[in-house]
Amino acid sequence: MSRQRLFVIVALPLILPLSLSACAGPPGDDSSITVFAAASLRAPFTEVAEGYEAQNPGTTVVFSFAGSSDLATQLLEGAPADVFASADTRSMAALTEAFPFRGEPVVFATNSLEIAVPPGNPTAITSFADLADDGVRSVVCAERVPCGTATAALEEVVGVTLSPVSEESSVTDVLGKVSSGEADAGVVYATDVQAAAGAVEGIIVPEAGEVINAYPIAVLADSANEDAASKFAAYVLSTAGQAVLEAAGFGAP
Amino acid sequence: MATPSLAGLPRWVLVVALLGALLVVLPLAAMVSRVDWANFFSLVSSESSVAALLLSLRTSAVATVLCVLFGVPMALTLARAAFRGQKLLRSLVLLPLVLPPVVGGLALLYTFGRRGLLGGTLDLLGIEIAFSTTAVVLAQTFVAVPFLVLSLEGALRTVGTRYEAVAATLGARPTTVLRRVTLPLVLPSLVSGSILSFARALGEFGATLTFAGSLQGSTRTLPLEIYLQRETDPDAAVALSLVLVIVAVIVVGLAHRSGTAGERRSAEL
Amino acid sequence: MTLQLDATVPARGFGMSLTVETGETLAVLGPNGAGKSTLLAVIAGLLRPDSGKSTLDGEVLFEVAPRTRSTFIQPAARGVSLLAQDPLLFPHLSVLENVAFGPRSAGVRRAQARAHARRWLEEVEAPELAHRMPTELSGGQAQRVAVARALASNPSLLLLDEPMAALDVSVAPALRRMLRRVLRDQTVIIVTHDILDAFTLADRVVVLDAGSIVEQGPTHEVLERPRSRFTADLAGLNILSGVRTANGIRTFAGNEITRAAPGIALHTSIVAAVRPSAVRVSLAQPANFHVAALPGIILDVEPHGGLVRVRAEEFAADITPALAAELDLAPGNCVWFAFDATDVTVYPYQPSTIIERGRSAQAKRIP
Repeated sequence: MSRQRLFVIVALPLILPLSLSACAGPPGDDSSITVFAAASLRAPFTEVAEGYEAQNPGTTVVFSFAGSSDLATQLLEGAPADVFASADTRSMAALTEAFPFRGEPVVFATNSLEIAVPPGNPTAITSFADLADDGVRSVVCAERVPCGTATAALEEVVGVTLSPVSEESSVTDVLGKVSSGEADAGVVYATDVQAAAGAVEGIIVPEAGEVINAYPIAVLADSANEDAASKFAAYVLSTAGQAVLEAAGFGAP
Repeated sequence: MATPSLAGLPRWVLVVALLGALLVVLPLAAMVSRVDWANFFSLVSSESSVAALLLSLRTSAVATVLCVLFGVPMALTLARAAFRGQKLLRSLVLLPLVLPPVVGGLALLYTFGRRGLLGGTLDLLGIEIAFSTTAVVLAQTFVAVPFLVLSLEGALRTVGTRYEAVAATLGARPTTVLRRVTLPLVLPSLVSGSILSFARALGEFGATLTFAGSLQGSTRTLPLEIYLQRETDPDAAVALSLVLVIVAVIVVGLAHRSGTAGERRSAEL
Repeated sequence: MTLQLDATVPARGFGMSLTVETGETLAVLGPNGAGKSTLLAVIAGLLRPDSGKSTLDGEVLFEVAPRTRSTFIQPAARGVSLLAQDPLLFPHLSVLENVAFGPRSAGVRRAQARAHARRWLEEVEAPELAHRMPTELSGGQAQRVAVARALASNPSLLLLDEPMAALDVSVAPALRRMLRRVLRDQTVIIVTHDILDAFTLADRVVVLDAGSIVEQGPTHEVLERPRSRFTADLAGLNILSGVRTANGIRTFAGNEITRAAPGIALHTSIVAAVRPSAVRVSLAQPANFHVAALPGIILDVEPHGGLVRVRAEEFAADITPALAAELDLAPGNCVWFAFDATDVTVYPYQPSTIIERGRSAQAKRIP
């Protein structure tokens, strides 16, 4: 084997991330706030930020969207942020033990589970119980991630035990498996069905109201721009903010 | 070399080299420093961890066999045959090296998925690939095969065709030449290429996640398990990562050793 | 039962036809680029000719002609074994397994193939090397093993490509003697640029230049009585071509050499050969009547053995360094080359064998 070629193969992945990460740091501008938000909030929060910026000229909102537990880990490791909006109370709770907030986290939205099926619903799923049928390939979140915890709770409420073909580590992966037609059905959040915009069809589960996932928001104690951060949290809870979230399929707190 | 010598190298080269080495070694050291040694064994021996490790080893082994099975003829064709579009074919074959794994996963999905290019045909044949261990092996083979092709093609070019010509004039048919002359001559590179392929298969994550899904015992390999563990139990994730690093270090060490043996041999030729 | 070859490879300026009888050793002489290696590659099947036909013991090796279906037998199926300058022993096999490779490839059982290999190792006087690896052999030993390996495959035709060229001068004679013994009953083509190989091993010689045969015939006939300048150079002789006159020879350059030439008819073409060591060099025209003398302009002066070779366009002389220094010879000088008539060998230009100069393979094509 040519040593040089091997070197290039080994060295490339090391060099590339360097050049990329060099441009990803948040701007240290006083008039900007950094919001760590759950990935499911990407669309509504982007819209919320536009409204907030219009109301508070000169202040810009910088987002970092990722899985809630990812964001919690990053905050614990010292990532600089002003606001944290989590998709579950667990990630928020994990953080509050070691991490001071300004005041208590406040729930600003809820989300409930729905069944997602490929367009046209090829296996004619009508109820949650149908997911347990032989020959239906269902995909859910792994129990260790929030959406999986919620799915397990829903299984208990409905009284059906699923045997999924895959337990994905994020709701996006569940959605991907359904929209590509690999799976016949998946259990995701109502907002995901809404956001998928036709790539999947949603089937409402009546019992889903009993397994509500709460979205808490909190301002971090060491925020460099506490005033702007608090205003952002308040805007999310305001009528304008809530209207955007509702349009995206979220439930009221 | 009996004594290490730094003679003849500009000092700045050494400084930059040291920085580069730190870039690689420091994160590993940082990870090791986070390992919860007191509970290390119980963390890595949980049912899900063991299942993931065994699945990883099993699928990577099968993927390596597939890499050899397909990679050897591919390397031979690229090194020995001359045809139109050869350069293009080589670039295409090596593409998975530079492709983001998720892209690879999508590509596989569109090929072998239920609605993919071959999905209907496979369905008719009664073969289901989605969410099966086969899908994991396919994803691993897809990303690992270029390593074998690359190292073997280089070795074949270095060895040249003279021995093969002699063997042919001694009455050896092409298959005999391949079995008794060509392959033994490039054996060290074949071994090191296979080990590298195995290592790459072991580390495969993105394509598996996108294409095969994640279910304990059938598709959730060690990297996927680590990714999932991280959500709830970072200590277990770190411990498992260390296991993966140790396996990778052993594998790379083996590859390096057989690689140097190969170089020694080609120097003797 | 022979090798018949008729082939062209225009890209390499190669075109010739030749025949090798069963049990005969044919030496192919010529400078680098004369087409020697191309000839071997075409016969071995490593190179596909653009046109022509070849048969070995009646079996077609290849037949290529425009607008007809070509036949091309793969190297492995030709019964032609090739031994190159570099022994190319398989580095991963022991000496014994190397020699047994041919029989094994032909489907002979392992034990039997090894016994056969041992016999051939004894034949090349190297039985004690059987269990060594190729890296543990000297150049001469490796070449002996390579000879055994080539012969053990029981080829109908053995091709040797300068087998002694890469060897130390001290081991070449022993190998040459061994080759003379083992090649006695084989059909062999040996490519060489050393006329000693030709004299020792070959029954017949062909001389190549620029992809064509310049001269061919029995070894002694060709090398001791060269007709072409080219062969004369190889054989280390000066030749002068001319016409038989009453006194001797009038060369084409117009010089007279007085020399009896019994049995050669008047006014026929004739060749006179003189060894360079029998030629003297002087600055002035020699007065001696019995000495033949030719003028020439020196092209170069270089050491040759213990002597100095003085070369002109048509002629060369080997003189002592002392004389060369005394005459202050340098390229461009005009000198006289002189030799005694008794040192001249004369023979008719038309040899007993036919000269095939650049005969094109196309002219012979079978319709």
